[in-house]
Amino acid sequence: MYQAFLLKYAEIGIKGKNRYKFENALCSQVRRHLDKLEGRFVVTREQGRIFVEAEGDFDFEDAIEAMSRVFGVSSISPVQVIEDKSWENLTKEVGDFIEKQYKEEKFTFKVKSRRSDKHYPYTSPEICVEMGAYLLERFPHLSVDVHHPEVYIWVEVREKAYVYAKVYPAACGMPLGTNGKAMLLLSGGIDSPVAGYMIAKRGVFIDAVYFHAPPYTSDRAKQKVVDLAKLISRYTGAIRLHIINFTDIQMYIYEQCPHEELTIIMRRYMMRIAETIAKETDCLGLITGESIGQVASQTMHSLAATNDVCTLPVYRPLIGFDKQDIVGIAEKIGTYETSILPFEDCCTIFVAKHPVTKPEIPVIRRSEERLAERIEEFVQAALSTAEVVEVDG
Amino acid sequence: MEVYLDNAATTPVFPEVKEIMGKVMEEDFGNPSSRHTKGIVAEQYIKEAAEIIAERLKCQPKEIIFTSGGTESNNMALIGTALANQRAGKHIITTRIEHASVHEPLAYLEEMGYEVTYLPVDSTGRVSAESVKQALREDTVLVSVIFVNNEIGSAAPIAKIGEMLHREKTDLFFHVDAIQAFGKYKIVPKRLGIDLMSVSGHKIHGAKGTGFLYVRDGVKIRPILFGGGQQRGMRSGTENVPGIAGLGVAVKKIYQDHTEKTETLYQLKKRLIEGLQQYEGVTVHGIDGVSLEETAPHIVSVGFASVKSEVMLHALAQEGVFVSSGSACSSNHPELSGTLQAIGVQEDLLDATLRFSFSVLTTKEQISHAVEAVGKVLPVLRRFTRR
Repeated sequence: MYQAFLLKYAEIGIKGKNRYKFENALCSQVRRHLDKLEGRFVVTREQGRIFVEAEGDFDFEDAIEAMSRVFGVSSISPVQVIEDKSWENLTKEVGDFIEKQYKEEKFTFKVKSRRSDKHYPYTSPEICVEMGAYLLERFPHLSVDVHHPEVYIWVEVREKAYVYAKVYPAACGMPLGTNGKAMLLLSGGIDSPVAGYMIAKRGVFIDAVYFHAPPYTSDRAKQKVVDLAKLISRYTGAIRLHIINFTDIQMYIYEQCPHEELTIIMRRYMMRIAETIAKETDCLGLITGESIGQVASQTMHSLAATNDVCTLPVYRPLIGFDKQDIVGIAEKIGTYETSILPFEDCCTIFVAKHPVTKPEIPVIRRSEERLAERIEEFVQAALSTAEVVEVDG
Repeated sequence: MEVYLDNAATTPVFPEVKEIMGKVMEEDFGNPSSRHTKGIVAEQYIKEAAEIIAERLKCQPKEIIFTSGGTESNNMALIGTALANQRAGKHIITTRIEHASVHEPLAYLEEMGYEVTYLPVDSTGRVSAESVKQALREDTVLVSVIFVNNEIGSAAPIAKIGEMLHREKTDLFFHVDAIQAFGKYKIVPKRLGIDLMSVSGHKIHGAKGTGFLYVRDGVKIRPILFGGGQQRGMRSGTENVPGIAGLGVAVKKIYQDHTEKTETLYQLKKRLIEGLQQYEGVTVHGIDGVSLEETAPHIVSVGFASVKSEVMLHALAQEGVFVSSGSACSSNHPELSGTLQAIGVQEDLLDATLRFSFSVLTTKEQISHAVEAVGKVLPVLRRFTRR
């Protein structure tokens, strides 16, 4: 008798002949997360599920938590493995398991069973009926409800016997590494970490780019972004964060262009730089945390003006989300507390009091012509002095 | 060149401090309350440190209570004295330019029903003995005055206040927050009429997490930490023996050749002020109307017109010069300095002020470098301001 976990996955069940690739990616992600914990875990796949056996000292809560962060896993159930599957021992062990997992809790249940050992003296329906009867007798406070039970108690008889009941929900989505890589524009705010999380959840590896403007933004603001990248890397795996010094570009735009267009032109240069790095690092798209209408630079007009400079697809997973929804996800994935730390304010001294909300692309392009003399030099300098930090939460 | 001019925030430990702390941690690590030899050896370090400090303050070793630093000393002095003397009255007098570790415990006492009078200061940051006298009431139990203000380096007329209090009302207690003053001034509490005095170790090249409270023999004070009854029950908790041993060494060292050191600090201060004043739009706070020697030797507070302090601070850091800004950076809700407001600094300089502070380790060359760095970043930052 020892402890194991059964992991179920949803979407990759429908991937046809590529299925084994998805399953392998999922197994390797589960291993990656569990490797960081105390204890030894053996991950195997079998018949549309993943089976994790735990050995040595390990913390149950930590293991569940780590596995629940693996994209592609839809649920986790702790399983008791029963080596002596004689009926007498099986019933006792199943009873002990229920007692341990649910203590005195009252609930309705239904026993479900599978039997691949065709020599076993009981058939699947018989296991259900007999096991149900045993449990009712041993735990008089429980009752059976075959239509809408609160708990399904699964008993599987294979080479060994297995019992599981509790279901812990997990991240869902698709396993990382099944869908290429994208470049996230990461600021210190609430939205961009959530945007990165959501795209990564579709099986996409993430790298990130952050623009800082010393001395107008502080090293603490930069550290905050590194911390945020580290927090999302708990889900997304290692992230290479490119830190770009944007000061000279920002100042040049500030000097040369109409003040109310500063933000939009800055964002266009951020997209250009992000795209350059993305292409150099085999990313297939850009990710931003934009949501329509949230601020002046995220109106439909502004988004169009920003998008104008990109050739790679720009993924904006939060585009139709309300702020409150985004905050909800940020809280769930644990980035909210860090996002609201107040460090980034200093660069706002350059923001116009009334920025354009309906920029017209031809007008913006014309304004940018005023930068012709030196902007390329500044962009190249920013790219060549990029600092790269690799984080892996 | 790295120029550390944030010594009012903290200082590096003296090598001798590090040395004795290492020895205590590795070899003489006993718990001073243990009965065996290891405990006795550890206890000896505490005794020695208390003796060094007592010698400096011309007081008795038993009048020294070791704490975790300035904040704890201030909390203990204010809350401990107020609680022990509730029956004598519930009125406390202080100034508008106290450090948060005085201000906040007093706010806590206000919640508990005490009444606190906050006295204004003049444009140089000084409270007058006369205004303290005016504020005295029958039920005043405590007067708390910061010796050297941490933001602008003004020095309060402690002797005058002490003398006046002694004359006017003997049944109250005089607490002095000497966290920025100790090590810079030779302080003998009894001569100044001080009953309680807070000191921090890491401002004088000791370790962080060290400090003491001087409590004159006979002053009634209640402990604020309870437990094993260490330090005669006044401050429970196993003593920070390495830190205390280091503190003793730091105190001894900071007062060696004191007159000479102080003179050097004033020269540095003069050099910095003169250097900065050659630039446009520079205001040194709190020095008009007093001689330099009437202010603390190690703190200079400077306003730079139309430059945000936070940005200037980062720009100077890029030049290797480390200073402190008067206010926290938050463009929407600036937490403006109470001290600067209290001395009447003009509004637009409140979030455009930096503090330069030195120590005995600061050199002339470093000051020159800092002045040059300011000259370099100032025009650049002024070119790009909010339109």
